[in-house]
Amino acid sequence: MKGERKRRVYRAPSSRQRLLGMLGRALPYVFLILFSLPIISMYLWLFFSSFSRKVMFGFIPQEWTLHNWRFLWSPIQMGGAAHLSIWKATGNTLLFAGVVMLIVVFTATLSGFALSRFRFRGREELMRLSILLHAFPGVTLLIATFYVLYYLKLLNSIWGVAIARAALEIPWSTWIIKGFFDNIPWDIEWSAYVDGCNRFQAWYKVILPLLRPGIAAIAIFSFLAGWNDFIYPYTFIFTKENQTLSMLIKALIGEFRFTDYGLLASVSLFYILPVLVFFFFTQKGLMRVTVGGMKGGR
Amino acid sequence: MKPRPWRGRRRVFRFPTVILFLAPFLILVIAFFFVPALLNIVLAFTNMDSSLEWNFVGLQNYRLLFSDPQARQIAINTLVYVLCTLAINVGFGLILGLLTTYFVPENAGLLFRAIWMLPRMTPSVVYALLWLWVLDPTEYGLLNMVAKALTGAKPTFWTMQHPMGVVILVNGMVGASFGMIIFSAAIKSISKDYIMAAQVDGASHLGIVRSIILPLLRWPLMFVTIWQTLSLLASYEYILLVTNGGPFFKSEVWSLYAYHEAFAHRFYGYGAAIAMILVIVALIVTMIMLRVFGFKRLMELMG
Repeated sequence: MKGERKRRVYRAPSSRQRLLGMLGRALPYVFLILFSLPIISMYLWLFFSSFSRKVMFGFIPQEWTLHNWRFLWSPIQMGGAAHLSIWKATGNTLLFAGVVMLIVVFTATLSGFALSRFRFRGREELMRLSILLHAFPGVTLLIATFYVLYYLKLLNSIWGVAIARAALEIPWSTWIIKGFFDNIPWDIEWSAYVDGCNRFQAWYKVILPLLRPGIAAIAIFSFLAGWNDFIYPYTFIFTKENQTLSMLIKALIGEFRFTDYGLLASVSLFYILPVLVFFFFTQKGLMRVTVGGMKGGR
Repeated sequence: MKPRPWRGRRRVFRFPTVILFLAPFLILVIAFFFVPALLNIVLAFTNMDSSLEWNFVGLQNYRLLFSDPQARQIAINTLVYVLCTLAINVGFGLILGLLTTYFVPENAGLLFRAIWMLPRMTPSVVYALLWLWVLDPTEYGLLNMVAKALTGAKPTFWTMQHPMGVVILVNGMVGASFGMIIFSAAIKSISKDYIMAAQVDGASHLGIVRSIILPLLRWPLMFVTIWQTLSLLASYEYILLVTNGGPFFKSEVWSLYAYHEAFAHRFYGYGAAIAMILVIVALIVTMIMLRVFGFKRLMELMG
């Protein structure tokens, strides 16, 4: 027994063993890079074909140019039809996303506060409901939503469609912001009542200022949800003057016989700029929230 | 004395105040979830078209649906689409989750997870445009370019010849990141002690994955499966943008069929009947999800 142990001395790994070890450690990277290659090449293509005249094999840009970005100062020319100017479409999209954001922040901070701090009959049920509604795919109700918007005379209005779109974000945002309310100590709120506030004053003057990170989170996500949305504007908005950027790009893609990938890539890059900016700054902390916030096949 | 929550409810917890706080929430949820849900049931019994007039026709829409020659094929398409995409979303999500946490240091894992999040963050029209370039039927498209470089093959019209494959790939590439995020968070929360103990005992990487990590991922795996079933059943945005259900209904799925009947052909009544089937299925899956996980665990998994 003792002799056996003595014989097992440490021996430096042979060069073949070391090579195998290195290969073993490199293998996960090889797989990850291989798997991610399609995504990487797609986004590289988007960038390169926007800024160059020609892209070889999707990766090698030739002749750098800003020619594709002329849509910023002149009308978009593709196919026969006249297209909405980019700035009007951007304005529409900003309005749409802004309204979605305002409604979501206003509604969710009120209801999240109620669910976190009031004890009333039906509170548990309401919380359950907000989770179930988030799980339930709202798009299945699109046809009936069309009739509701028609009845309310909100069809083809950016405002009206934004209200309907905001409703889809409400259950999730309420539930996220409720978590933030739960973390605020009761003593802080109580001190506001001691100083003579009523519930609305306490909510507005004392608690909301402490809630900035939570409000920022739901504001950013609901804004991006509105900014990125395609189905709601595409289905409920009919006139060209009210087109959002996503509808404009869909119209440009539709002119398939005249596909000008350079122009399409540039307009798309312009469109996803806010998303990319947000993505690079905050992707670490908010990644988990993102998954919960999006749904419907995503 | 330290004030305790709920203590002073005589004074400040008056019911009218609660209603005021909840009013916007309730109005929006009622107007855009409950009313549409009820309205959809009623609409399915009418033959409402672009005139938007109420004409009750009883069960005619459902009779039509069951004798619809396309409906059978579309139901099969939906099944194939949901099952195959689900396999990608769960299986590939698991592979990515494992690779970016267990096999690779945190910073590298974060980078690759960020890359896989890109399609999810990208607006659907832009993501569809990227795929239209990949699938371009000329030799300018990425797939045709690669095929030509490797085998010298002639350009293929991918969306015409393999519509279902295209639809599954397009959705799978976005869906995989959902599983990836849930799984990688779950793996990171596994105590390092288990893994180190196994390593000391001489377990291989695959052994650790199979007998330690996978058993601990049981709940997340079930959650991702059910949640993705639900979202895949209702998803048609990417299909609408990439193949639009074509050619000849070969990549049309149930939810897209409802959308087309209602908004392309303006048969709102018929579309509502088609959507009704989906609403019922979605309700059943939601109920199953609640039953399997319970309210508490569902909240933990989703948060």
